[in-house]
Amino acid sequence: MIERTPILNFVTHAILLSGLVILLLPIFIVLIATTHDLPTVNTVPMPLWPGSHMLENWSAAWTKGDFARALVNSLVVAVGVTVGKITIAALSAFSIVYFRYPGRTVLFWLIFITLMLPLEVRIVPTYAVAADALRPIKALFSLGNIDIGLPEWNLLNSYTGLILPLIATATGTFLYRQFFLTVPEELCESAKMDGAGPLRFFWDILIPLSATNMAALAVIMFVYAWNQFLWPLLVVNKPHMMTATVQLDRIVPGPLFGQPPIWNEAMAATLIVMIPPLIVVIMLQRWFIRGLIQSDK
Amino acid sequence: MGKRVTFGNTFIGIALIVPQLLLVFTFFYWPTGEALYWAFTLEPPFGGGNQWVGWQNFETVFSDPKYYNSVKVSLIFAVGTTTMSISFALLLALFVDRQLPGYRVYRFAYFWPYALAAPAVGLAFRFIFAPQAGFVSAINTYFPGAWNPATNGNDAMLLIMLANAWKMVGYNFIFLLAGLQSMPRALLEAAALDGAGALRRIRDFQLPLLAPTLFFVLVINLTESFVDSFGIVEIVTNGGPANATDLMVFKIYTDGFVGKDYSLAAAQSIILMLLVVALTVVQFRFIERRVQYT
Repeated sequence: MIERTPILNFVTHAILLSGLVILLLPIFIVLIATTHDLPTVNTVPMPLWPGSHMLENWSAAWTKGDFARALVNSLVVAVGVTVGKITIAALSAFSIVYFRYPGRTVLFWLIFITLMLPLEVRIVPTYAVAADALRPIKALFSLGNIDIGLPEWNLLNSYTGLILPLIATATGTFLYRQFFLTVPEELCESAKMDGAGPLRFFWDILIPLSATNMAALAVIMFVYAWNQFLWPLLVVNKPHMMTATVQLDRIVPGPLFGQPPIWNEAMAATLIVMIPPLIVVIMLQRWFIRGLIQSDK
Repeated sequence: MGKRVTFGNTFIGIALIVPQLLLVFTFFYWPTGEALYWAFTLEPPFGGGNQWVGWQNFETVFSDPKYYNSVKVSLIFAVGTTTMSISFALLLALFVDRQLPGYRVYRFAYFWPYALAAPAVGLAFRFIFAPQAGFVSAINTYFPGAWNPATNGNDAMLLIMLANAWKMVGYNFIFLLAGLQSMPRALLEAAALDGAGALRRIRDFQLPLLAPTLFFVLVINLTESFVDSFGIVEIVTNGGPANATDLMVFKIYTDGFVGKDYSLAAAQSIILMLLVVALTVVQFRFIERRVQYT
């Protein structure tokens, strides 16, 4: 920066470059593995120059993993979680910040506390709820001895079941609340003076103002939802509802790719699963980094 | 907490928050409550309602050597993977922060592994480090039996730690670099003018000022390693060999869904919840007090 330090500069470049190699090497090896035939990929060590079997490995992985279907499922879930999360977070933050009704501080804390326990640590009972999502509501009413005759609502093997439990956290709500608190009071004042109701103010003023936050939250949520593994593994057991990450679990040593694993095809499948969130992050890296740092969990 | 200027329509206000409350009640508070209920009850083998058994489930858990093993390997995993990941990320962040030509390329290239799905990362590492294929087992031709994660518990543990650390480097890097870049440049330059070399500045200036950020990523990494490790374990080692990588989340999953013992799984969930809550409380307290150097 300030002084001339040729030796240290050399060391810096060397360290940064080797860091890059360490971070890229695994993916490079995986990519090379997808270009070899099975005997070559199983030689130890595997040659590090590309072979000529890339297309057939990728197409075999594509068919065996049924990725045409699985990627669509993952996309539906990721987009569903992203949209649902943003909508619900923005609405509840708006309610907490811009309305004055008794108990809203308590409600805020009720939502905020959900940050403490990620889905994974309450996985067993959440799964039980997914088998009949209306059961908690029914139980609540039966406390007062009221039977409201709700039907059973089974979420297993459905997009709703994959999406809803992932939305039920406070990540975005907290982010939106912080942002709304920084919006100048005068904006709301003048909007009210011009005769705008709450929904109008929300839609025409707050939503456009929060576009940056929304983009950051959207990228984070998309990647988070796409990479979900444990929850889809439990909720889905029908092949046509499998998400892309769950297909990986069926690849090794599973029935799909044989045992021992057919590594060249399995690695192609790995890359197929990795690529979509990677594209999103590379294209929207500014928002991704911003979302990471802001959401602070 | 709210605004001075607010809307008077209470009905709309409450209607806006209801969807969130319904979700949180159904998928957070109810399951958490049910986990507590299950942890203190047992389902009789021939049907009927659950019977209250007090601390019996916890006693079962705590008298099981397999559970202690699971706690032990979880702690080893947490400490190992966190140390590897943070120290590597810190090294990269410190040197990227020197802002030599080309640092923007590195800044971009370092964080992307965090975007990859844990099971995919696991599968990639499982191949690269596979005993009969891949790359690392080449060492076995010179030192027979030196590396075999399929039979050697230590190798398997090292493998999942490496995979998880590799994935978390990007996340830690982003936060540490942001922490370094938020330090006032003028102070750094003043130190340089006083004759402090680059390494001296790192040791006496940047590292102490970075301590709060380091603490923050430390807590996040520990939490993530307890919570988010399932994907890697399931794909890479399946808890083996001989339970050497039977992490707590993985054991809850196998006891609950493979062994179908909800009460036992619930008791373990409660213990893990307490652990995660403790870590989160530490983290929240820290966020409140985050030091600003301006």
